[in-house]
Amino acid sequence: MLKQEYTITVYTENQIGLLNRIAIIFSRRKINIESLNTSPSEVDSVHRFTIVINETEDVVKKLCRQIEKQVEVLKAYYNTQEEIVWQELALYKVPTDVIAEEVKVERLLREHGAKAVVIRKDYTVFEVAGHREETDNLIKVLEPYGLIEFVRSARVAIIKNSDGFHEKLKEFEHREPGEDAIENEYLAKKDEVFSM
Amino acid sequence: MKAETETFEKIKTPQKSESSIPPLGGVGGAVAVMEALVAENVETIFGYPGGAIMPIYDALYDYNEKLKHILVRHEQGAIHAAQGYARVSGKCGVVFATSGPGATNLVTGLADAMIDSTPVVCITGQVFAHLLGTDAFQETDVINITTPVTKWNYQVTDATEIPVVLAKAFYIAKSGRPGPVVIDITKNAQLQKFDYKGYEKCEHIRSYRPKPIIRKKFIEEAAKLINGAERPFVIFGQGVILGKAEKEFKKFIEKAGIPAAWTILGMSAIPTDHPLGVGMLGMHGNYGPNVLTNECDVLIAVGMRFDDRVTGRLDKYAKQAKVIHLDIDPAEIDKNVKATVPVWGDCRETLPLLTELIEQKVYPQWLQRFRDYMQKEEDKVIKEELNPSGDTLTMGEVIRELNELTKADAIIVTDVGQHQMVACRYAQFNKTKSNITSGGLGTMGFALPAAIGAAYGDPSRPTVAIIGDGGFQMTLQELGTIMQFKPNVNIIILNNNFLGMVRQWQQLFHENRYSFVDITSPDFVQVAKGFGIPGKSISKREDIKPALKEMLDNNGSYLLEIMVGKENNVFPMVPQGRGVSEIVLSKEEL
Ligand SMILES: Cc1ncc(C[n+]2csc(CCOP(=O)(O)OP(=O)(O)O)c2C)c(N)n1
Repeated sequence: MLKQEYTITVYTENQIGLLNRIAIIFSRRKINIESLNTSPSEVDSVHRFTIVINETEDVVKKLCRQIEKQVEVLKAYYNTQEEIVWQELALYKVPTDVIAEEVKVERLLREHGAKAVVIRKDYTVFEVAGHREETDNLIKVLEPYGLIEFVRSARVAIIKNSDGFHEKLKEFEHREPGEDAIENEYLAKKDEVFSM
Repeated sequence: MKAETETFEKIKTPQKSESSIPPLGGVGGAVAVMEALVAENVETIFGYPGGAIMPIYDALYDYNEKLKHILVRHEQGAIHAAQGYARVSGKCGVVFATSGPGATNLVTGLADAMIDSTPVVCITGQVFAHLLGTDAFQETDVINITTPVTKWNYQVTDATEIPVVLAKAFYIAKSGRPGPVVIDITKNAQLQKFDYKGYEKCEHIRSYRPKPIIRKKFIEEAAKLINGAERPFVIFGQGVILGKAEKEFKKFIEKAGIPAAWTILGMSAIPTDHPLGVGMLGMHGNYGPNVLTNECDVLIAVGMRFDDRVTGRLDKYAKQAKVIHLDIDPAEIDKNVKATVPVWGDCRETLPLLTELIEQKVYPQWLQRFRDYMQKEEDKVIKEELNPSGDTLTMGEVIRELNELTKADAIIVTDVGQHQMVACRYAQFNKTKSNITSGGLGTMGFALPAAIGAAYGDPSRPTVAIIGDGGFQMTLQELGTIMQFKPNVNIIILNNNFLGMVRQWQQLFHENRYSFVDITSPDFVQVAKGFGIPGKSISKREDIKPALKEMLDNNGSYLLEIMVGKENNVFPMVPQGRGVSEIVLSKEEL
């Protein structure tokens, strides 16, 4: 099986220490986390982790099961690049005089969809939101013009084929879980599930 | 001591700016801890006090009648005792320890309980909340140290959280696949008075699913595979015992007529002399079950996790078989061995559903294959081990005599090494929850404290600890606990004057280069005597039976040292890196 980029989306309770619990699932297996973001989710009180790794599907699947095993984790999904809409935000600090003087720079920035966030006498900060290659490209472009600082955020991703977590959460809140609560790849129809 | 008194002064005269001032009135956090334990029907606690847990010990002073506390000699002893207690009683073990070194001393036991799925709740004291992160006296980051070795952990800094958090702790430790939980309570929270509203047991946590849903489709598919099988083989682990599914399991194999082998932790779930029981799996397991794993057509794994000591080389493991895997932990399915049919669920619930759908069958020829292999093992290994022709004593003959005397009724607690493998190979059991050993972690020093716990877990049966001369020296301080609290523990030291298991490997795989396996021992009988425990050391065959009898008849604990052959090896053996069917019966076959 081939390694490829997977984006793992984890819905969790908001609990101190959970970041560590999730992070060590990767480090214990010597798997590098390419990017990790935590944020609120569409559901009040539910947190959302977005984790990017390069692995085979078999490994990613096992990792997701280990993640879901954590008491405060509601659900973990993994998706390939094609199954998500994703963005990373990058900030670039460039000397203002260069931009003012070099017409070319202004054009380049516009071509890359950069927006000025702060303009000062001494420097200007631009932002670009996009895919990795896009934000990377602009670094190369700006380097000859004295790029002072660069930073890029972790990835945030939306799963194309997802209805969000509102409905799922209801199932979790039931004492007798519905089938979605313990979703797995063999998601069965209702009549295939024993209710004991 | 100075620093400790300083902290103590602070309690008495708390400074105004600190959040640790206990409000007046109400119930103290420490008392709420006691109330929680009583509500959870805890009877026995194993622990050791210290500065950061003093308010809890102070509260315990008034709960002396409801809660029995056993003062161990080392916190590792406390947690192993709690593990032994939990595994014999089927209840949750409870441990108290102080912050810093008290808590770090628990780590080995937590790792052991984690990998062997033992329900234990550890309550550790922690420095005052306002001191967290200041490198205060006896402050360690217990939550982060224990995260990889706990099913759940939580730090309480406010007393009002105590009832809810402890309820969660017990629920999580016991439900689903059990495991250890650490609750770290800062001293201010133990002292803090609050408006206590009573204790309510936890039955639901929205983000936590102890049991997966049972899927009819998979039960049906599993039944179909079983009904169509010609050479089906059942392998089972501790899941049967943890799920309290012994009856359901027995009914299942008896209707199916399928031979069944146990993992080291599944042992005793069915009586060892059950006609369908074909022995132990794994590196030093029996010959037939290992070889025939690679000949069965349907392999039915119940509550076991395909540990590498059971599977040997994975790419040579049961490749020909369709695998049905019954497990409560979805993360175990497909982890090591791909399941043809995954039967998610608590086996106490899934087994009866499966039993209903399968046909009543027998496989006389297939079962005979196991018997033939057993005969071969008997001739080449077992006979000489149990009834040796030479003068030196074997570990096996001791176990044989013990079986005869205890009538397979004892709880046997083993340490780690050759004696553990021999004991688990030859001990007989007719009751469940009787074979207590450190399976997944292989923790030397486990047996003595675990046996103390086991003796509290079921005082109605004799507890026999079987320990090597090396492992005994790892936790022998717990003889002090036996001296003080007088549980009835029969201690057998099988002394081969070596770190035997490591020596065996050095002999077989490192060209006889014995590197630091030659261990000298104190006079164990004298040591025991120093703790007021009677004992004896023997080295003659004719003394074995009378000495064992004396030990078992003795009212109270007893230590029996038996000098056995120095360089005996444990066989059969699946050498590391080989497949299960490459199991060998002797050195010559390697
Ligand atoms: C805490 C710990 N340290 C080291 C080991 C490695 N180890 C496994 S078996 C063994 C030898 C045990 O010797 P002994 O207790 O005398 O028992 P024997 O094998 O001789 O029966 C050792 C050192 C271990 N399992 N646990």
